Amino acid sequence: MSKIYLDNNATTKVDPMVMEKMKPYFIEKYGNPNSLHGFGTETHPAMSEALNSLYMGINASDDSDIIVNSCATEGNNTVLKGIYFDLIHTGIKKHIITSQIEHPAISHTCNFLETLGVDVTYLPVDDDGVVTAEILKEHIRKDETAIVSIMWANSETGLMNPIKELAAVAHENGALFHTDAVQVVGKIKVDVQDADVDFLTFSAHKFHGPKGVGGLYIKEGLKLTPLFHGGEQMGRKRAGTINVAFMVGMGCAMDLAVKALDFENKEVRRLRDKLEDAIIKLDDTIVIGKREMRTPNTILVSFKGIEGEAFLWDLNWNGIAASTGSACSSEDLEADATFQAMHVDADLSHTGVRFSLSRFTTEAEIDKAIEIVEKTVERLRAISSTY
Amino acid sequence: MGKNDLIGGSLWDNYSKIVADRMNNPRNLGEISEDEAKAIGAKLVVADWGAESCGDAVRLYWAVDEKSEKIVKGSFKSFGCGTAIASSDMMVELCLNKTVDEAMTITNIDVEKSLRDTPDVPAVPPQKMHCSVMAYDVIKMAASIYKGTDKESLDDKEIVCECAQVTLSTVKDVIRINNLTTVEEITEYTKAGAFCKSCIKPGGHEKKEYYLVDILKDTRAEMALEQEKVEGEKFINKSFFQKSKLIQAFFDAEIRPMLQSDGGDIDIVDILDNDGQLDLQVRYQGACHGCASSSAGTLYFIEGKVHEGLDDSIKVTIV
Repeated sequence: MSKIYLDNNATTKVDPMVMEKMKPYFIEKYGNPNSLHGFGTETHPAMSEALNSLYMGINASDDSDIIVNSCATEGNNTVLKGIYFDLIHTGIKKHIITSQIEHPAISHTCNFLETLGVDVTYLPVDDDGVVTAEILKEHIRKDETAIVSIMWANSETGLMNPIKELAAVAHENGALFHTDAVQVVGKIKVDVQDADVDFLTFSAHKFHGPKGVGGLYIKEGLKLTPLFHGGEQMGRKRAGTINVAFMVGMGCAMDLAVKALDFENKEVRRLRDKLEDAIIKLDDTIVIGKREMRTPNTILVSFKGIEGEAFLWDLNWNGIAASTGSACSSEDLEADATFQAMHVDADLSHTGVRFSLSRFTTEAEIDKAIEIVEKTVERLRAISSTY
Repeated sequence: MGKNDLIGGSLWDNYSKIVADRMNNPRNLGEISEDEAKAIGAKLVVADWGAESCGDAVRLYWAVDEKSEKIVKGSFKSFGCGTAIASSDMMVELCLNKTVDEAMTITNIDVEKSLRDTPDVPAVPPQKMHCSVMAYDVIKMAASIYKGTDKESLDDKEIVCECAQVTLSTVKDVIRINNLTTVEEITEYTKAGAFCKSCIKPGGHEKKEYYLVDILKDTRAEMALEQEKVEGEKFINKSFFQKSKLIQAFFDAEIRPMLQSDGGDIDIVDILDNDGQLDLQVRYQGACHGCASSSAGTLYFIEGKVHEGLDDSIKVTIV
């Protein structure tokens, strides 16, 4: 049975071109970039090239920083804890704003900061499932709010928040602005100067790069206490021997992702829409979030009367990988936070199934997926006691 | 914690092959109609448990032969994950050909055990035990419908942990007997809280009437109160007046009758408090007066009795 991967918001396959580009940096050019000898210096051109791709990829100015780190979780922790040390622990500010739909890398870090006495506001979303400038205006406190951290797009729904507007509200009120952009890099055009964000985090494995490497953009002129102390790597902003191979891989992945943006927004979107159209044709199915407000690859659907994990089970037996954020799949058995924040009927909160495509998804795979989804809906609704 | 906890997310790897098979091909799926039940001379019972909003719901169908009270036919429908569907299917199977009263003894653990591939490996991971294995409650519900009573009247004991069927009194007893101070210890002793974990503290998947954290807190508080009472009753913690009364009563009950049986007696002349140490001044009467052992053996015997019965700090002197 051929397997079909429709869980690209969780992670993606490494593009074979990225793999090729990384190869020499494991067993040939394996030097430490900080060494004075030739083994060290021969890594530098590829690192420069990677940085160029990253800066171009998000349109960062040369005077800003893109710190190469281990993942977006590290980047998010660096921003929030750095702000805590710089602005809150010092008594300058005392308040952080985030949203109710963030990834645990943000929400759990904020929960932790609350235990240190930080005042944190978790913004709700509107009926469309997005955090609006109006909602932020209601909660931001001039001279008290240190930073606003709102994800660019939600991983469950694909719904995108109006980052440019949100950043403007933050700045008008003397606060910094951070966005976790893992779900948008490689899916839409990301321009840090146009959006005017102060910090932005991303992770290579979400755009066909390797796992274990990510980036943190810091706008020029801003200081941030590092999370890791140690050597002088990354301009003393992130200690630890640089993972040359993965940095090269991330640069290449960014390059390819940016080049593929047009394809992503035409072809991937077309296949996503095809799957979505077939799903909503089925009785009693709801797709969460307006199509035009979502990243081009994502569908979160509720199949009434079918528990999400059961749906995934059947898909998996038929070779399809999808995802659910709803109960029974996760260890803590909590209903999906995104569903709750969006006030979706509680009866549907355990029925969410997420399909996320990539530029490697084929039309034949989508056709097969449609067939299996139809079969699964039929079988599991026949079992259901509530349908 | 340790090596086995570092790679998470292996939920489905922890399902037995039987669970997978029952999920993929449930044997007892479907409905039973009134007419179908009538046709075999049986009474139809349809019971629901759980809710869509909780993530798991099951509907159990029984056709019960009214003469023998045996469940002659059964089936289910379920909104839930793979384990919910597989366990509902197995539950129906366990009910078949049992009387309603016999079926009521089926527990969630019985269902889970029937789903095991090998006897000592659980069929589902711990967090699936309660939310997805709902046999006990839906069977009770079906039985109450059959008997025309309400379910609560059949819940004869106060169950704290539905998964392991541990009662409130059991939890309280193990805390007291083994002097337990943590929830982890309660789980170790009783298995309560080892499965779905809903009963450990509020905020879990299920709202419960009793939580282990509260039972532990309350029982520890009760134990502390009792201990305080015991402490309060100790001789050393009494007022001087109370101590004096106790000494007099002890002498009247324990010491004097012994001496009286030998024709003697003893009086308490005074009790002095020397910084908490009591000096008990006594005087022999009758045959004891002038007896050779009265200032040696008998005195030591009396002092020993006083130490044993009241407190070590009391010194007995003859005046």
